[in-house]
Amino acid sequence: MHRNAAFRVMAVLALLVAAMPFMAAVSQPAQAQDEEIIVGLITKTESNPFFVKMKEGAQAAADEAGVQLLTAAGQFDADNASQVTAIENMVTAGAQGILITPGDTKAIVPAIEKAREAGVLVIALDTPTEPMDAADALFATDNFMAGVLIGQYAKAVMGDTEPVIATIDGSTGVSVSVLRHNGFLAGYSSDAAAATPTADLSVFADDARVVCSQDAEGDQALSQTAMENCLQANGDINVVYTINEPAARGVYTALKAAGRENDVLVVSVDGGCAGIEALVAGEIAATSQQYPLVMAQMGVEAVVNYAKTGEKPSGYTDTGVTLITDSPQEGVPSEDSTFGTENCWG
Amino acid sequence: MSTAVPADSVAPGAGGVRSLASQLWGLGPLLALILASAYFATQSDRFLTGPNLSLVVQQSLVVGVLAIGQTLIILTAGIDLSCGAVMALSSVVMARLAVVSGVNPFIALLLGILVGGLFGLANGALITRFDLPPFIVTLGTLNIAFAVTYVYSQNQTITRVPPLLSFLGNTFRIGGTSITYGTVLLFALYIVTWYVLRQTAAGRHVYAAGDNPEGARRSGINTTKLLISVYVVAGLLYGIAGWVSIGRTGAGDPNAGQTDNLASITAVVLGGTSLFGGRGRIMGTLIGVLIVGVFRNGLQLIGVESVFQVLITGILVILAVIVDQFARKRQL
Repeated sequence: MHRNAAFRVMAVLALLVAAMPFMAAVSQPAQAQDEEIIVGLITKTESNPFFVKMKEGAQAAADEAGVQLLTAAGQFDADNASQVTAIENMVTAGAQGILITPGDTKAIVPAIEKAREAGVLVIALDTPTEPMDAADALFATDNFMAGVLIGQYAKAVMGDTEPVIATIDGSTGVSVSVLRHNGFLAGYSSDAAAATPTADLSVFADDARVVCSQDAEGDQALSQTAMENCLQANGDINVVYTINEPAARGVYTALKAAGRENDVLVVSVDGGCAGIEALVAGEIAATSQQYPLVMAQMGVEAVVNYAKTGEKPSGYTDTGVTLITDSPQEGVPSEDSTFGTENCWG
Repeated sequence: MSTAVPADSVAPGAGGVRSLASQLWGLGPLLALILASAYFATQSDRFLTGPNLSLVVQQSLVVGVLAIGQTLIILTAGIDLSCGAVMALSSVVMARLAVVSGVNPFIALLLGILVGGLFGLANGALITRFDLPPFIVTLGTLNIAFAVTYVYSQNQTITRVPPLLSFLGNTFRIGGTSITYGTVLLFALYIVTWYVLRQTAAGRHVYAAGDNPEGARRSGINTTKLLISVYVVAGLLYGIAGWVSIGRTGAGDPNAGQTDNLASITAVVLGGTSLFGGRGRIMGTLIGVLIVGVFRNGLQLIGVESVFQVLITGILVILAVIVDQFARKRQL
């Protein structure tokens, strides 16, 4: 029994000792000194290519400025607890500024307020907090405008044909999902007054043209299932709005299986490299491209500037959105897939 | 059987002698915690400070409370996959009742905790009455709780909760360090559970039922009633964890806890409790929770990506299970 116990204790010890050089190897060589500039980046997840690109952009900007970048992410899209923990740890680590894509736009607010009280600059990337001014500044795509662009495009393509619309959304209650959805419908309508975001970011606009609306979390497989069910419910669907390109590809698979891939217009948002490839292949008619790398670079630069001069950015900075399509429509400004490929992410 | 409890009244064939070896092994998780802490202390002068250590505990609160219920269930050779989802439902129920429906916060809090207890009752009843495997039953209730949470909350986070619901996030100061009331509650719950498991007949019955259900039944323990009680107590603890969660983030969050079922099982295993039941310590679980918390915090402080914390946790879990397997074989 004594040998057994010794073995057990030794095993734990051995593992820990073995892990130490490993930890040292992956940790940044520079130790956190008080005068050193540290930037934190907290994304929703580690796996989504959008956030991978964001991290790349932040790392490149941090390397160029010679500052240390700390990164963390939630384990799933709305993992608030992990993001709160990451904020606290980064403040303790001495970060002067934190860039965050909030997973839960409301629940994250108290943690952000605490960090700001501790003198840390907090910039929301990609997704606004609720309220928006809970963070010092927002660097993001105008998601409503991203929706408007593909809405206008779809309207131009469809002309006089009566639209029968399916929307494959992210999830209810998530502002990005709602803004793009409502933007699309506003862009598709001729009513100019509709082309401003409604105050309530948590509700999809009520619209008689939409015959099928499904939450599929921007996931390809879930979107395919959702589209299959939409086609079962209403075979006359001729326009499909999708929250992002993985969703659009799932939709295309469902349309193809039903033999409808040539007479249904699919539009999307993102401009990821895989999405642009799908656009070139004709699976997606048009997509609104956004620029995560730019967001992250601007964010890092803003923190470095704050650390050096004490100047804080404020308000909303649009990081730009471009309509990408290979069959442009008159009166709807767009770029082609060559431009899309040059500027894509993922 | 060299369990952590005085096992004299239980399981035929139990040795009842706490060998030096098992005492030493009981120190294994603690040793791991101390070594990890010492390492991070040498790497970052920000690690071993009052405020940071207080933070590590705060970051471990929700999983810490869930893991108490999980430990009780695993001691009976069961498992509970529904804990995180039930916790989220409880927190949404109490927040939504108080904020949206205007129910008295105290009543809302009790009802929220009660919802947790009801899910525990459902788990326990299904497992014992229909003789179903806990893994499958709690997989079912996990999905049910998740769906009910989503429908009831409309996936809306509830903010601006009344002071009672966010009370556990309030702090008092010891020296220069702010301690939350949630931290006090966590330690109190562990001490009470430790006392019950160690000093009461009910506590010994939990070990006996997990170690040798047939033997426990023959020695006159009503194992059906016992198991149901364990799941109900665990469910009530998940309800309390829901309250802790609101205190921690200041909001009723329908998306909370999605990975907490596995996180709590991880803590239990790291703390040296056997997944085969009948053997383990509640204080080991607390240490298991803190080990995960220390790695998460420490690696962030020294600038290591969070994914490596997941990697290290994975390695530690497998190691703990291997060690448990060795311990079992020695005893058979």
